[in-house]
Amino acid sequence: MMEIVKISRRAFLGTVAVSGLMLAVGVPRLRAAVDEGKKYGADAMPNGWVDSPLVFVAIGEDGTVTITCHRQEMGQGVRTSLPMVVADELEADWQRVRVQQATGDQARFGNQDTDGSRSMRHFFEPMRRCGASARTMLEQAAAARWGVPVAEVQALNHEVVHVPTQRKFGYGELAVVASQLPVPARETLRLKKPAQFRYIGKGQVKLVDGPDIVAGRAKYGIDTVLDGMLFAVVARPAVYGGKVVSYDAAAALKVPGVVQVVEIPGTPPPSEFQPLGGVAVVARNTWAAIKGREALKITWDDGPNATYDSMTYKAELEKSTRSPGKVVHDRGNVETGMAKAARRLEAEYYIPHMAQAPMEPLAATVRIVGDRCEVWTATQAPQVTRDRVAKRLGVPSEHVTVNVTLLGGGFGRRSKPDYVVEAALISQAMKGAPVKLTWTREDDVQHSYYHTVSVEHLEAGLDSEGKPLAWLHRSAAPAIASIFVPDPKHEQPGELGMGLVNVPFVIPNLRVENPEAAAHTRIGWYRSVSNIPHAFAIQSFVAELAAAAGRDPKDYLLELIGPARSIDPRTLGDNWNYTESPQRYPFDTGRLRQVIETAAREAGWGSKLPFGQGLGIAAHYSFVTYVATVVQVAMSEKGELTIPRIDIAVDCGPQVNPERIRSQFEGACVMGVGNALLSEITFKEGRVQQTNFNDYQVARINVAPRDIRVHLIPSDFGVPLGGVGEPGVPPIAPALCNAIFAATGKRIRSLPIADQLSS
Amino acid sequence: MSTTLNVNGKSLTVEVPEDTPLLWTLRDVLGMTGTKFGCGMALCGACTVHLDGAPTRSCITPLSAVAGKKITTIEAIGADPVGNAVQVAWLGLGVPQCGYCQSGQIMSATALLRDNPKPSDADIDAAMSGNICRCGTYPRIRAAIKQAASNQGDKK
Repeated sequence: MMEIVKISRRAFLGTVAVSGLMLAVGVPRLRAAVDEGKKYGADAMPNGWVDSPLVFVAIGEDGTVTITCHRQEMGQGVRTSLPMVVADELEADWQRVRVQQATGDQARFGNQDTDGSRSMRHFFEPMRRCGASARTMLEQAAAARWGVPVAEVQALNHEVVHVPTQRKFGYGELAVVASQLPVPARETLRLKKPAQFRYIGKGQVKLVDGPDIVAGRAKYGIDTVLDGMLFAVVARPAVYGGKVVSYDAAAALKVPGVVQVVEIPGTPPPSEFQPLGGVAVVARNTWAAIKGREALKITWDDGPNATYDSMTYKAELEKSTRSPGKVVHDRGNVETGMAKAARRLEAEYYIPHMAQAPMEPLAATVRIVGDRCEVWTATQAPQVTRDRVAKRLGVPSEHVTVNVTLLGGGFGRRSKPDYVVEAALISQAMKGAPVKLTWTREDDVQHSYYHTVSVEHLEAGLDSEGKPLAWLHRSAAPAIASIFVPDPKHEQPGELGMGLVNVPFVIPNLRVENPEAAAHTRIGWYRSVSNIPHAFAIQSFVAELAAAAGRDPKDYLLELIGPARSIDPRTLGDNWNYTESPQRYPFDTGRLRQVIETAAREAGWGSKLPFGQGLGIAAHYSFVTYVATVVQVAMSEKGELTIPRIDIAVDCGPQVNPERIRSQFEGACVMGVGNALLSEITFKEGRVQQTNFNDYQVARINVAPRDIRVHLIPSDFGVPLGGVGEPGVPPIAPALCNAIFAATGKRIRSLPIADQLSS
Repeated sequence: MSTTLNVNGKSLTVEVPEDTPLLWTLRDVLGMTGTKFGCGMALCGACTVHLDGAPTRSCITPLSAVAGKKITTIEAIGADPVGNAVQVAWLGLGVPQCGYCQSGQIMSATALLRDNPKPSDADIDAAMSGNICRCGTYPRIRAAIKQAASNQGDKK
């Protein structure tokens, strides 16, 4: 297809200099942020946003519209949903739209870090403006060709119509002229009214990659094939910070198909996104490389983390949460409140390390020609990948091209491009030859950036009616910042704001403390991140207090949340707020109440269940979205647990692609159940004890909830968007454990549940 | 050494040791990447192919075990009426999220429905528990299997 609308790189860079972020005055919501001198939302992200149709839209003479998606597809449906937004404002016929994936180039496309549940939240408005700009240019081109006022023409379903005469031009006929017009000023754009949306909010558009996926044609990073490509695997130190002392490659080099063995230098902690180091085996196919690796003889120096032991560490965390720690939020006087209490309760909750374990094992293919490097990989962060590869190879970022394939899952693991840097170093060692590096599942399970491990210690003092007078929460967990800087040993604003301090309970005396916790392995983002332990502890403890008070847990939770009101998150000690403006995204307890009431009503809360069954409820606000869930459990006489049904109510603001929102929340329910029931990474002598899906267990179809009902709270497009990918996970584990308590009277405080119910 | 394989009705000769798993032969030697690597130990089902119609984990199946057998992969499953019905149901219900495991899910589901045109929930659990989906598409997989079964039933 011939691209008629085409922008040269130079022209684009000029565009940014003239009308980029600094001149976004036509957008009232952004002005408020600028007034405060602090950037929020997409403005706060590296390289912000871009909305030019010259960057994202190409129209062929045959009328085919090609829309570039600059965020990465990892199952959330973004390659369908973002182009759908552009197509809607463009009045394009979806049947004639093709989607093309951007390379890593944030100066051109705006921020590409696909994490934090923010692709649609940050790019809905820029993509609407992008589509509306292109539509306006087509209308102007048609008006010029007819010699009529532009007010008399209207774009409609891939044609521009001259309304008085009903003459029509197809988009393909207008593309050349339209491409020569200036991009309209933002403040002149006419965005559609929601009633005019064709695709947005409808859920009728099918997945663009669906037909390729079901036929085995879809290409993931691991599927890259280049002429003359070599295949590699790497033997890495078993302990974080360990290094190669010496190695003997003689036997490995004798394995049929093995071509070369090369050492990869590691980076001592904090190792950020750099390789752990080790020895790479390069071969004619992956299997030969794996066999070659088995034949390597390596002597390692394990380094200072060789004593890391999960049992010991859990005891250390428990000890540290039993005495005062750094105060991160304080109101009233907890000691006075506790002293007045009629009764006091305390509980400790534990959540272990977990590995993201996306189904596509990590892989990257790299080829270096002269001082140019080309990468093919599944990454959540293509610009970060580009920069790290460039720096490590000693070439400018502009000399590195990162081609992004589909991602076979991400869950945060693919935000860290250590595996791509490894592939680049191997290709470099092989004089630039194309090399595909594959991580085996064992590599993935044993060298992840693990979900943090945490102990949450809660204490409450209740009055004679069972209402809390005082609340103390001590949370101890190694911080993600420990991979970037010398270990801060304290949770950072982005972790505190994930449901630890921003808890809207009407309790007069409340303190949150964060005792020290040192990291002994790589800690990293795992879908929903610190919301998982915080929600588990708080929503379990609320149910424990309700039980102690002899109250219904749903009523008790609503009473703690109190009346509907809008809270500035800063007053709760949350200065982070998912990087969103506290004015635009206050904590709205009315919305939290509504999801709780909806989930309860839809689940038949309060109805009598057969013996051995129970309902549990939990609610959690994360990624500026409100979620509540009711989990139903059934216990067999042998103590076997099944989950017949989960109701999950979601207020994520307006819903651009409700069908994909439903699928994300269904998936979150399943992952939340897997986290709670099965998943645990443990360390002994610094080494991960799990190896593959036999001992690192995740949810399978037989343990997944049988019936998941997603209830989306209606909203309108005047409300700012919330996140979708992550907020479903955190309330699942506490609701499940609350349901188990309702069914059996047994309280689970340590995850995974594993065999705790059979004892 | 050389081994001749019957893949999707074609006879193909490969030059690799006969202990090489079928998975890596398909992917790295024949360039057929629809069959996925997930675990290498028959724990996740991503690599499922059909050997003479039976669902088989290609990651632990050496070439020495497939001589003379008909290998069917995801690339050709649409030519099978049941396989096609499964694909149609998968698309109709929007089963895939990231999609990586779906080759294996579809191969397992097709084998199930060929053996058992009206599977119960317990049958589905038994046939599909070997296939992991980290995105959690299981409720839709279950629904799509039932829909494919129902559509196949209507045709008879």
